[in-house]
Amino acid sequence: MYRYDTYDKAMLTDRSNEFRHQVARRLAGEITEDQFKPLRLMNGLYLQLHAYMLRIAIPYGTLSTRQLRRLAWVARTYDKGYGHFTTRTNLQLHWIKLRDAPDVMDALAEVDLHGIQTSGNCIRNVTADPYAGATADEVDDPRVWAEVIRQWSTVHPEFSYLPRKFKIAVTASAKDRTAARSYDIGLQLRRDREGQLSFEVMVGGGQGRTPYLAKTIREHLPADRLLSYLDAIIRVYNRKSRRDNIHKQRIKILVATLGQEEFARQVEAEWAKIEAGTVDLPDTELARIRGAFRPRAFETLASASKAFEAAKADLAFARFARHNVKPHKVAGYAIVDVSLKAPGETPGDCSSEQMEALADLADRHSFGEVRVNYTQNLVLPHVKLDDLPELYAGLKAVGLATSNIDLVSDIIACPGLDYCSLANARAIPVAQAIALRFADPERAETIGELKIKISGCINACGHHHLGNIGILGVDKKGEEFYQLSLGGSGDNDASLAEILGPAVHFSRTPEAVDALVDTYLSHRRDGERFLDTYRRIGLKPFKEAVYANAD
Amino acid sequence: MPMLIKVDGDQAVLVDDGFVLLGEEDPAPDGADVIVSLARFQSEGDSLMACGRRVGVRLQPSEEAEALAYDLPRLAVVELRFDKFRDGRPYSNAVLLRQRYGYAGELRAVGDVLREQAQFMLRCGFDAFAPSDGSGPQDWITATRRYRHVYQAGADHRTPIYVERAAAKADGVAKEELEHGL
Repeated sequence: MYRYDTYDKAMLTDRSNEFRHQVARRLAGEITEDQFKPLRLMNGLYLQLHAYMLRIAIPYGTLSTRQLRRLAWVARTYDKGYGHFTTRTNLQLHWIKLRDAPDVMDALAEVDLHGIQTSGNCIRNVTADPYAGATADEVDDPRVWAEVIRQWSTVHPEFSYLPRKFKIAVTASAKDRTAARSYDIGLQLRRDREGQLSFEVMVGGGQGRTPYLAKTIREHLPADRLLSYLDAIIRVYNRKSRRDNIHKQRIKILVATLGQEEFARQVEAEWAKIEAGTVDLPDTELARIRGAFRPRAFETLASASKAFEAAKADLAFARFARHNVKPHKVAGYAIVDVSLKAPGETPGDCSSEQMEALADLADRHSFGEVRVNYTQNLVLPHVKLDDLPELYAGLKAVGLATSNIDLVSDIIACPGLDYCSLANARAIPVAQAIALRFADPERAETIGELKIKISGCINACGHHHLGNIGILGVDKKGEEFYQLSLGGSGDNDASLAEILGPAVHFSRTPEAVDALVDTYLSHRRDGERFLDTYRRIGLKPFKEAVYANAD
Repeated sequence: MPMLIKVDGDQAVLVDDGFVLLGEEDPAPDGADVIVSLARFQSEGDSLMACGRRVGVRLQPSEEAEALAYDLPRLAVVELRFDKFRDGRPYSNAVLLRQRYGYAGELRAVGDVLREQAQFMLRCGFDAFAPSDGSGPQDWITATRRYRHVYQAGADHRTPIYVERAAAKADGVAKEELEHGL
């Protein structure tokens, strides 16, 4: 893992001091709320329905156990004893007091954590593959490049007041686990024919009220020229984007308006004018950062484990092994997904006790490392197969052994109207009701892979455009209704979901999902996932099933 | 006469503006140094300068630095206006003027200019400020010292962290060699 050196730490300390000074000036009435707002947002502090919310950055979703324990402590000391992991791999605390915020920042800075640029119209916290450094199919550790971007984008002089927020995802694996096509910039690292690392650069994806999938503007960008190319893209965006209508200021609108080719041409022209060596890092610095992500000291083990196989006699453990245990690049190890989606609980919520228990388990079984997945689940990246039964028991003891990864109850949901001032409707109770309806693990397993994603408003923090079943909360004369859409995917086969028909009432939403699932089951052919069946038979049968009994 | 904060290194002083901002139709007072819009500069710049006065140009956020590229050595000052402090376009204009076109004259921030954005402006190459929040030279000096280190190379020529790291490492190696009598 990358450890902050004296320079990185000095940046955090100085930022924290600056913010303390700004909060004091705000509390003394020396600056207006309008002037203060972007400052607090760029430190992750939102004013929500009931209180301030602090969004803590977890760069590229990687946490040490020391950091996780500190998050648990902060949640217990300054909040209500739990935190909410988001689709941007951040952690949100929903009940922070403004006057406590600087102390929270200091407590976080001690373990190299912060809320810098988790909000505001700037380059946001960078996300990466949650299986980085553990999966066999990556060409490099994407976190090297995410860390390069983190440093370059932190307190960037030119790009801190962009037209809108700006999000970057990095993956180095053939299988995309970051939803890269839904990002302002998605970066896919590959080796080219000569063996050199190069990025496919995708630009202009985004969700919200006008969803777009990102377009490829360059197939092969030499990896060591990444920063100057990002500089060119963002400079073109900063200068050319509209600034007269907040709903049309994301880069996706600029790319769509200019067209992919013209946008690419402008970026290439700008890039050609950037003086070599002024932005890109020298090889020695790239190597220093790469060194921080060198492989762990894995043991040489047999590829099969007797202890693991024997434990599968327990059907519950066998189910956990089927859904939450993934292959590791090193023989005898596994990647373990830790679900934060126990049916009936709030998706993505994790209590301080759970965080601490998970930190202990990660110290014992996963080189002290924990990852955050954009699906609002956690990952223990490096677990010995032999240790899996013990780990499972430890997870089960704190309610973290739910065996439902990518199944119907593994639902993404934004905080919705329970917390968020932008929301039109609640998202959490809908997720809870659906998950409880499908709580029977055998039925869930029969249904197979099915990704439900719920947002409480059109800003789409719950990724409903990318849901196999997407659910969007809308307000109709003070009542909560939910618009259903089908066929979205955030994976390599990315697609945007299509709206099924009129929104259904809150009370009818779980049964509508049930009708969709039954339709799929009655039409599916061997081996088809929900998404495959939908793509084969289209919207019509699903529509008939949901609206057949409607008034 | 309006006042202006000038920053040079870690010094900041309050000075008289010294220039008259001309509206589109205003006649230029005899002998006075003037600042005009881009449009007026393009139509009247030569005649204004022919009278021996110093001439500067004010760029609006939507106007681009490229328009001045060939005139920069003749200009005494370039003003970049912030309509709203949240509008980041003047930062890109400043960077291009300094780094791409080598502009070495005075670069002013005018309009909705607040001390909270001072460090960004300084790093993009601004060196003169007409703040709208009542801040004084000391506030701008505080801003220059707020961050001891910076991650990026900027128009202010501060040494970025990656260069500091390499230098510290080379220094460490040299010390080690000395201690080991190599």
